[in-house]
Amino acid sequence: MVYITAILANWIFGYKIFTQGLIQLGQPATVKVAANLVRLLAYNNKNMLQTGLIVGGWDKYEGGKIYGIPLGGTIIEQPFAIGGSGSSYLYGFFDQAWREGMTKEEAEQLVVKAVSLAIARDGASGGVVRTVIINSEGVTRNFYPGDKLPLWHEELEPQNSLLDIWGSASGSSPEPMRE
Amino acid sequence: MGYKFVILRPYCASPLTMVPYVTGTSVIGIKYKDGILIAADMGGSYGSTLRYKSIERLKAIGKHSLLGASGEISDFQELLRYLDELILYDNMWDDGNSLGPKEVHSYLTRVMYNRRNKFNPLWNSVVLGGVKNGQKYLGMVNMIGVHYQDNHVATGFGNHLAVPILRDEWREDLSFEEGIKLLEKCMRVLIYRDRSAVNKLQVVEEWVVQSIAKITEEGVSISPPYSLKTFWEFSAFKNPTAGAAGSW
Repeated sequence: MVYITAILANWIFGYKIFTQGLIQLGQPATVKVAANLVRLLAYNNKNMLQTGLIVGGWDKYEGGKIYGIPLGGTIIEQPFAIGGSGSSYLYGFFDQAWREGMTKEEAEQLVVKAVSLAIARDGASGGVVRTVIINSEGVTRNFYPGDKLPLWHEELEPQNSLLDIWGSASGSSPEPMRE
Repeated sequence: MGYKFVILRPYCASPLTMVPYVTGTSVIGIKYKDGILIAADMGGSYGSTLRYKSIERLKAIGKHSLLGASGEISDFQELLRYLDELILYDNMWDDGNSLGPKEVHSYLTRVMYNRRNKFNPLWNSVVLGGVKNGQKYLGMVNMIGVHYQDNHVATGFGNHLAVPILRDEWREDLSFEEGIKLLEKCMRVLIYRDRSAVNKLQVVEEWVVQSIAKITEEGVSISPPYSLKTFWEFSAFKNPTAGAAGSW
C-alpha cells in the first residue's frame, strides 16, 4: 500500500486548489471543496491507498471547518478529528477534554497535550510537535520540541548525566551536543 | 455482513478486492397503517472501534422515497450521489411525473447487481421505502444484488434480532405510536446485543392520509437524534455469584 498523504496533499493544494480553483473562481476554494477533492482521490483509489486524512481550514462562508476522510473515502464533517496510529490512545482523552467554543489558545494547548499523550504511548510517534492554526487572520505555524512537552506517568525529568545526580569530584559534565 | 473479503490481486489498479472500513450497522423498516417507518442508529464503526457517532444513515430520496443504508459509509455516500443524479434527471423532465419508491428500488437493484458482477461491489445493504399515490412500498437490496419487498425488512444484525420480533408483532393496522414502539423495541435489543450498535438513533417517517383513495396529506419527517433508556439492574447482574457459594 502506498503511504501517500504528503503527495496527495501537495497535489490537491498545488494543482487543484491554487491552479485550477483560484484561477477559475478568482478566489480561494472553500474548505468543503478542498475536502471533497481529497475525498474523490481517496474514494476512487481505495484499493491502492492506505491513508487517513483530515482536511481543516477557514473560509469566509462557513468559518472554520474540519472534515475527516478515513480509509475508504468516507467524508464526515466533525467539530474535531483525530487519526493516525497514536490516535487510538486519544479517543477517551477527547471524549473527556474537548468542549464546544474553546479559544484559540485553549484549542492549541489541547492538541499539543493530545499529541504529547500519544507520543507517550505510541511507539510510532515521537520527536517534535508542530501545530498549524488557520483562521480569518491566516495561517500560523508553531513548533514544540519533544523535550519541552509535559511529562506523563512513569516518565522522568531528563538529566545530562548520572554524575549530576550523584555528584563527582571533577564537577558537572558537559552539555549535550548542539547541531 | 458475513462476507469475508476476497483477495485476488491485492494492491493493484483493478478493484478485484474490497474490504469495508467505516461501517454502519442494522437498519429496520416497517409498513404501518398510514405509511412507512424506518429506524437506524447513527454509528460508524471502524473495525471494533465505535469511531463516529453522528452519521446520518437515513435519507429522503426525491418526493416519495426513504433510504436507510448499512455497510461501508463511503459507498453509501456514493449511492446518494447516484440517486441525486437520478432524481435530478427525473425533475428535469418536468413532466409532472416523479420516480416512486418501486422505481428507485429497481434502479438500486440494477446498480448493486451490476457492480457485483464486475467484482466491485458497493458494500451496503439498503432499505428503500416510500409511499406514492397512496401505495406503500418497502424493499431491501444488498451488495450482491439480492432484493425483496415485504411488510417489514431489516439489514445486518437486524435480520437476526429484529425480524423475529417483527414477524410476531407486526400488524397491517399499526398506528404511528404502535409502529414507533415496535421499532424501538427492536432497536433496544440491538443496542443490548449488537456490538457495533450505538445508543443514538434516528427514525424517518413517510405518511399519507387518505380517505377513500384520495390523498389529503402526505409528507416525510426525520426525527432528531435521540437515545433509548436501557435497563441493567437484574439481580443476576448485581449478584452474579448468588447461586455459587464460595465464588466471587
